Amino acid sequence: MSSSKIALRGVTKAFGTKKVLQGIDFDVAPGESLVVIGGSGSGKSVLLKCILGLMAPDSGSIRVDGEETVDFNDRDRTRVMRKFGMLFQGGALFDSLRVWENVAFGPIQSDGMKPGPAREVAIAKLGAVGLGPEIGELFPSELSGGMQKRVALARAIAREPEIIFFDEPTTGLDPIMADVINDLIVKCVSDLGATAISITHDMASARKIGHRIGMLYDGKLIWQGPVAEIDRSGNAHVDQFIHGRAEGPIQMQVRRL
Amino acid sequence: MTVPLLTVLGRMTLAFLRATGAVTAFAFQAVRLSVQPPYYRRQMVRQILEIGYYSLPVVGLTAIFTGMVLALQSYTGFARFSAESAIPNVVVVSLTRELGPVLAALMVAGRVGAAMAAEIGTMRVTEQIDALTTLSTNPFKYLVVPRLIAGIVTLPILVLVADIIGVLGGFLVGVYKLDFNDTAYLRNTIDFLQFQDVFSGLVKAAVFGFLISLMGCYHGYTSKGGAQGVGMATTNAVVSASMLILTFNYFLTEAFFAR
Repeated sequence: MSSSKIALRGVTKAFGTKKVLQGIDFDVAPGESLVVIGGSGSGKSVLLKCILGLMAPDSGSIRVDGEETVDFNDRDRTRVMRKFGMLFQGGALFDSLRVWENVAFGPIQSDGMKPGPAREVAIAKLGAVGLGPEIGELFPSELSGGMQKRVALARAIAREPEIIFFDEPTTGLDPIMADVINDLIVKCVSDLGATAISITHDMASARKIGHRIGMLYDGKLIWQGPVAEIDRSGNAHVDQFIHGRAEGPIQMQVRRL
Repeated sequence: MTVPLLTVLGRMTLAFLRATGAVTAFAFQAVRLSVQPPYYRRQMVRQILEIGYYSLPVVGLTAIFTGMVLALQSYTGFARFSAESAIPNVVVVSLTRELGPVLAALMVAGRVGAAMAAEIGTMRVTEQIDALTTLSTNPFKYLVVPRLIAGIVTLPILVLVADIIGVLGGFLVGVYKLDFNDTAYLRNTIDFLQFQDVFSGLVKAAVFGFLISLMGCYHGYTSKGGAQGVGMATTNAVVSASMLILTFNYFLTEAFFAR
């Protein structure tokens, strides 16, 4: 039995002939925050979706608290999902529900909480991400991008999950709002004592919210180590990525004008 | 020339069988999950309102003008054989057995089937369906099952209302334009109407309600890409629901009335 909160061994996933994940191995300890970096299309989102069970890997093992999850049926999947919270890249807020109903969705629909107490929980969680109770009465379409991310974060932490995933949490935000979101993520994860996996290509975000960073390239985790060591990784791919250089071993497939 | 034609036909047949299998599996999963808790009653009430209450104006207008046209057209034909007295019978039987359920279903398919596919399709492409899963909520139970049950429950009620409004349309034309005696028109209508006429129409309506919701949910749930994918899902939902309504109408009619 492993002491890892999440453990992946030999996870592969292909779409037709395109091999997106080619044998991913990693462990995340309880309370640890792992950030997976990598370029667009490197398989970061697919990796998260495989762990969440939104996509089935072609092969390999995914263990959560030592429990193999790859072949879970609906009931077991629902049970284990109780441990997870997820902040989606676009927020994925339910646009037919008010903000407080979005935040209270998990407590009401999945935990059977009555709407009254669930509303109190929602307002408290909105407060935790810096939003007042009046925001709770609005619909998601009435909010700015930054506010939508905060609401999505409030929804992700509403059930006080043991594991939180962040999918590109700062994409599309201005640098100041991105930093606000980063601070909130650090605070929320720390307050809950949760284990976190984030995927991003925003290095400022990765350095701030992660304890450890792994780089995904060509379907493989080519480097992983503590945040402090990423600047001396000794890996040319990692160096090119973190410095955002066009020249290097990672070649973008672009056609010359 | 023969080989490519056969190849094309073979591919079309395989694609058709694949789609039929996928829809059937989707329907079976929905039926299986509909008997397992939790039950999302609030979602179901919302869908019943969406399908039934908000469709009333469209279905009512369709029914009243259909009844009126039916009376006028029947008169044009029957007057040649001095059989004008059969007009109330023709109007009520045509409406309850065929035109009520079929036209109401086609109107609802256009209005509700498209909306279902667009709503669920948008939820799919904006990851809202994935978000449901991460909130320990089975998206199939939350989104599909309430819509299917609402479709089955609501369409018969809608069709019953359409039958009444359609007969009223025929009555108005019969009495105020064709100079029928109002009491005689109503007596003819009631005397000729049989339980099976109404019952068969209501059974058809329940089946059509299931098909409309199934197609709306299936195409929305399986939509891919962005706005284009959602647009395609909406079109496919309406077209496939309409075709299935007309196809099933024949087989249900045969089951009820064939000798």
